[in-house]
Amino acid sequence: MSEQAKNNQKMVIKLLVIVVGMFGFGFALVPLYDVFCDLTGINGKTANSAAVYTPIEIDESRTISVEFITRTNTGMPWEFRAETTRVKVHPGELSTVNFYVRNPANKQIVAQAIPSVSPGVAALYLNKTECFCFNQQPLLAGEEASMPMQFYVDPQLPDDISFFTVQYTLFDVTGKGDKLAVKENPYLREQPESGI
Amino acid sequence: MAHSSDTIAPEHTGAHEHDDHHDHHIPSGIKRWLYTTNHKDIGTLYLWFAFIMFLIGGAMAMVIRLELFQPGLQIVDPNFFNQMTTVHGLIMVFGAVMPAFTGLANWLVPMMIGAPDMALPRMNNWSFWILPGAFLILLASLFMEGGGPSFGWTFYAPLSTTYSGDSTALFVFSVHIMGASSIMGAINVIVTIFNMRAPGMTWMKMPLFVWTWLITAFLLIAVMPVLAGAVTMVLTDKFFGTSFFNAAGGGDPVMFQHIFWFFGHPEVYIMILPAFGIISQIVPTFSRKKLFGYASMVYATASIALLSFVVWAHHMFTTGMPVAAEMFFMFATMLISVPTGVKVFNWVATMWRGSMTFEVPMLFAVAFIVLFTIGGLSGLMLAITPVDFQYHDTYFVVAHFHYVLVTGAIFSIMAAVYYWLPKWTGKMFDITLAKWHFWCSLISVNVLFFPMHFVGLAGMPRRIPDYALQFADFNKWISLGGFAFGLSQLIFLALLIKACRKQGEPVSSQVWEGAEGLEWEIPSPAPYHTFETPPVIK
Amino acid sequence: MKRLTNVLSIVLGTLPTFVFSFTAQAAESGGKAVSDLNLRPGVTEISGQVYDLHMLMFFICVAIAVVVFGVMFTSMYLHRKSRGAKPAHFHENVKVEIAWTVVPFLILVFMAVPAAQTLIAMEDTTEPDMTVLVTGSQWKWHYKYMDSEVEYYSLLATQQEQITNRFEKGENYLLEVDRPLVIPTGQKVRFLITSEDVIHSWWVPDFAVKKDANPGFINEAWTKVDEPGVYRGQCAELCGKDHGFMPVVVIAKEPAEFNTWMSEQEEALRKAKEEEQRLLAMNMSIEELMAEGKRVYNTACAACHMPNGEGLPGVFPALKGSPMVMEDQLAHIDIVLNGKAGTAMQAFGKMLSLKEIAAVVTYERNAWGNNTGDIVQPKDVNAIATGE
Repeated sequence: MSEQAKNNQKMVIKLLVIVVGMFGFGFALVPLYDVFCDLTGINGKTANSAAVYTPIEIDESRTISVEFITRTNTGMPWEFRAETTRVKVHPGELSTVNFYVRNPANKQIVAQAIPSVSPGVAALYLNKTECFCFNQQPLLAGEEASMPMQFYVDPQLPDDISFFTVQYTLFDVTGKGDKLAVKENPYLREQPESGI
Repeated sequence: MAHSSDTIAPEHTGAHEHDDHHDHHIPSGIKRWLYTTNHKDIGTLYLWFAFIMFLIGGAMAMVIRLELFQPGLQIVDPNFFNQMTTVHGLIMVFGAVMPAFTGLANWLVPMMIGAPDMALPRMNNWSFWILPGAFLILLASLFMEGGGPSFGWTFYAPLSTTYSGDSTALFVFSVHIMGASSIMGAINVIVTIFNMRAPGMTWMKMPLFVWTWLITAFLLIAVMPVLAGAVTMVLTDKFFGTSFFNAAGGGDPVMFQHIFWFFGHPEVYIMILPAFGIISQIVPTFSRKKLFGYASMVYATASIALLSFVVWAHHMFTTGMPVAAEMFFMFATMLISVPTGVKVFNWVATMWRGSMTFEVPMLFAVAFIVLFTIGGLSGLMLAITPVDFQYHDTYFVVAHFHYVLVTGAIFSIMAAVYYWLPKWTGKMFDITLAKWHFWCSLISVNVLFFPMHFVGLAGMPRRIPDYALQFADFNKWISLGGFAFGLSQLIFLALLIKACRKQGEPVSSQVWEGAEGLEWEIPSPAPYHTFETPPVIK
Repeated sequence: MKRLTNVLSIVLGTLPTFVFSFTAQAAESGGKAVSDLNLRPGVTEISGQVYDLHMLMFFICVAIAVVVFGVMFTSMYLHRKSRGAKPAHFHENVKVEIAWTVVPFLILVFMAVPAAQTLIAMEDTTEPDMTVLVTGSQWKWHYKYMDSEVEYYSLLATQQEQITNRFEKGENYLLEVDRPLVIPTGQKVRFLITSEDVIHSWWVPDFAVKKDANPGFINEAWTKVDEPGVYRGQCAELCGKDHGFMPVVVIAKEPAEFNTWMSEQEEALRKAKEEEQRLLAMNMSIEELMAEGKRVYNTACAACHMPNGEGLPGVFPALKGSPMVMEDQLAHIDIVLNGKAGTAMQAFGKMLSLKEIAAVVTYERNAWGNNTGDIVQPKDVNAIATGE
C-alpha cells in the first residue's frame, strides 16, 4: 500500500504542476493576447511606442483616406478635437495631424489617449512616428495644447483597404499609473490672456 | 455471475460481504458525514448537495419565469432580476451539474475499475466540504446592500469590474473555492484511474463512464485554473487598481472574454462528456447488446476535448474580429459536430438489432439522445458566423444551451441516478413515481425550452426582465412549462427520500438484466467497503 | 403494447410544442408581415442572404434529425424484447464508422462555403456613402453623423406607467425611442460602434447587423436598406440594470426626404445654440427650473437615482440628503456635466443643454425635502463648463 501511496503522491505533484502552470497560463494570456493582436489586428490596437520612419518609396498610385474620431470618456471634462478630421495620404508618405485639447476644469488633470483603428487590420499598417498617445498628458486648469500625431501608412496595406478610421478616447488618469514623464505638457499652447 | 430472470429477485449470495476485517462501526450521525473518507459516503454527499443546489437554482429560475410570465415589471425589479439570472447560472453550472458528476464519479469510478476507494480519500473529504461554504458565500452576497452579482454568470468586464457592486469580492472568493474543489476532485479522479485500476483492467477495457470522466478531469485541471486567473484579474481590476480589462490603463475588455471563454468552452464539455459516458453505459444494458464502436467512442471523446480548446471565440463573433479569425472559429466549431455525431450514431447502432426494454433509466437515456441532438443541431446552426450575428444573445441561444444542459447533462444525471440507485440502496425505487417524474419532466421541459427557439429567432434578447408584446404568448407558455418542470422535480425529491429510507423491493446484485461491469458483481446495496482484494478481470 | 405506447409517447412528447406554438401563432399574428416564429428576411441584401443561410441550415438539421431519429425510433419499435427480438452480436463495423465520419464532414463543407461567402460580404465596410458613430452608454444610444454637426441621444420612449402596468401597453412597447436614427435608403451606411461605459451591442434584426460596442474601441458594421420604413431592435449584450430598456429604432427615408430631414436638424441645432446664448443672458424663475428639472430628472436621472431620489443602496447613491447635493453646488454641477470616472455616473454635458442641466441641478437641490433653496442658472453651468 505504501508503494501505492508513493505513486499517488508523485502523480498528485505532477498534476499540481499542471494546475499551477495553467493558472500562470491564464495570466500569460494577457501578454499573449497583445502579441496576438499585433499579429492579427484584433480590436485595432496600435503600437504604443514610436515607429522609426525610414524614407521609403511613396506609392502615389494609391490614396488612402484616414478619418479621425475624438472622444472623451465619462468623467473627463476636456475639450478634445482633431484639427483635421480627415486626411488623404499616399502609402509611405509622412503626415501630421494636430489634436486640440483644453482643460476647462479648475484643477490639473492627466489624460491618457487610447487609440483604436477600424478596420482592425489597418492598425498593423499604421506607423506612428510621434504620438501624444504614447505618454500621459497633463494639463493645468485652463491650459490648452495642440498635440501632434505623425504617421505614415505602410505601402503593404492590403489593396481592399482604401480608408480607415482612427479613434482616440481620452481617459482621466490623474493620480494613476507611473507613465507620466513630464510635469508640463510639451505641446502646450501659449496661455490665453484671460487666464482663469 | 448468476443471471436472474428479472430485476427484483434478491441475491442469495448477499451474505458474503467483504467487510470481514472492517467490523469496526461506521461512525453515526453528523460525524460520519463530516469526517468520512469513504468514496460512497462522499459520493452521496455530492449528489445530495447537487440536488439541493438544483432546487435552489431552480427556485431562482421560477422567479425569472414568474417575472417573464407577462410583459411589464410586476414581481421583481430589474436589478434583482439580473441577480437571479446570474446566480441561477452559477449555481446550476458549479453547484448542480458539476458536483452531481463528481458525486457519480466518486460512487462509480472505484467500483467500475475494481478499486477499494478513491486514491486520495482525505483530499476527497476536503474537496466536498469546502463546497457548501462557497455557495453559502455566494448566496449570502444576495443579501448584501446592493445585492449579489448581477453581471451574468459570464461576468463580462467592465460590467463586473468598474460597474459592479461590492459583492463582487464575495463572488470572486466563492468562485475560487468552487474552482479549488473541482480541481481537487479532478486530481483525485485522475490519480485513482491511473493508479488504482484492478490488475487486468487495461485502458481499453475501462467502462466508458470512466474514460469520459478521465478526459473531463484533464479538462478540469487545464481550465479551472484559467477561470481562477480570470476572477483574480477581475478582483484586482476592481479593488486594487490594475487595468487588465480597462482601456484607460492599456487593458482591453474584449480580452476578458477571450480568457473567460478559453475556460468557458472546455467547461461546456466538462458538463457533457460524463453524460456521454453515462448514456454509453445505459444504452447497451437495456439493448442487451455490447456498445457499438467502443474504441471510436473513446477517440471521439478525446477529440471533442482537444477541439474544445480551439473554438472559444465562437462565443464572441459580435465583438469584432478579423474575418480570418471568424472563419477559423466557425470551421473549428463545425468540426466538433463530427465526433459528436459519431457518438449519437454509435448509440443508435447499439440499439439497432438489440433486444430493448424501456425501464426508467433507458427512458431518460432515449430522451437524452433525442433532445441532446436537438441541442447539438441548434449548436451547429450557431456555429455559422453570419447567422450567429442574428442568433447571438437571443433566446435561441438560451434554448440551445438549456437543451444541452438540462435535457442533456441533467437528464443524463437523472438517468444515472435511476440506473445505479438500486445498487446504492439495495432497493428498487418507486417505479410509478419514477415514470411520473419522467413523463412530467419530458413534456414540461419541452414546453419550457422549445418555444424559446421561436422567441429567440423572432428577436427577443436574453437576460431582459421585460419584453415587447409580440413575445408575450410564447413567454406565457414558457413560464407555464417552467413551473411544471419545477414541480416535476418534487416528484423526484419524494422518490429519493423514499429510496434513502430504504423503502422498496430488494434487488439482486445484477439489478438490470443486461447490465455488465464490475459494479454489478458486488452485492446490492453495495457494501461500505468494496474490492479490498482486487477482483479478477475477465 | 405498453412498451409501444411508451415509445410513441416519447415521440409525441416533443411534438406538442410544435403544434401549440404554430396554432398559437396563427391565432395571434393577424396580418403582420413579420413572423413571430422565425428569423426575419429583413430589408437588406445581406439580411436576405443571412435568412437563406439560416433556412438552409435549418433544413439540413431537420433532415439529419429525421434520419437519425427515424432510424432510432424504427429500431425502438422493431428491436424490442417484448416483440421477441434477440440481440445481435456485432459491435463494430469499420466501413460504417468511416462513412458516418466522412459524410457529416462533407455536409459541413457544403454548409461552410455559402457561410464564408456571406461572412466576407458582411464584413466589407469599404466605400460607404455615409458614416454614423453609434455610442452606447447605460442605457441609451447616441448617434453622430460624421459628415455633419448633427448628433443626439436616443432614449426609450415608453412611459414608466406602461412598464409598471398602470397604463395599457402600446403597440411598440419597449421598442420605441424619442429620437430614432434616420438613414437614407439605397446608400451604404457605415456604423462605427463604441461605448462610454460597459459593453453594449447594437442590433437591428432587419439589417442583420449586431455588433458589440466596446468601451475604448471601435467596431464597424454597415447596411444598405432598400425599403423605407421603421426598423426596431434592442441592445443585445447585458449592460446592467436597464439592459432590457434600451431599444434601437432606425428610420430609413428616401434620399431626398433624408436630406430635408438633415437640413431641418441642422437648422434646429443652430436655433438651439442661439437659444442657449440667449438664456445665458437671463435668469429663469424657480418654478420654471423646477418644472423643467423634474422632466429632465425623470428621463435622464431617475433610472439610477430612482424617481424618489433615494437611489439603490449599494448600487446607485441617493441624492436625497446627499452631502454633495445639500452643500457643494460647484461639485454638483461638475459631476452632472462631466460625470465621474470609474462609475456609472455619465457626463450629461454631452446630452443635456445648459438650461436642462441648470434645471435638473436646481430640481435635485430642492426636491424630496432637499430644500436648499439654491437656484442654478444656465450661466452658472456655462461657467463651469468653459472654466471661466
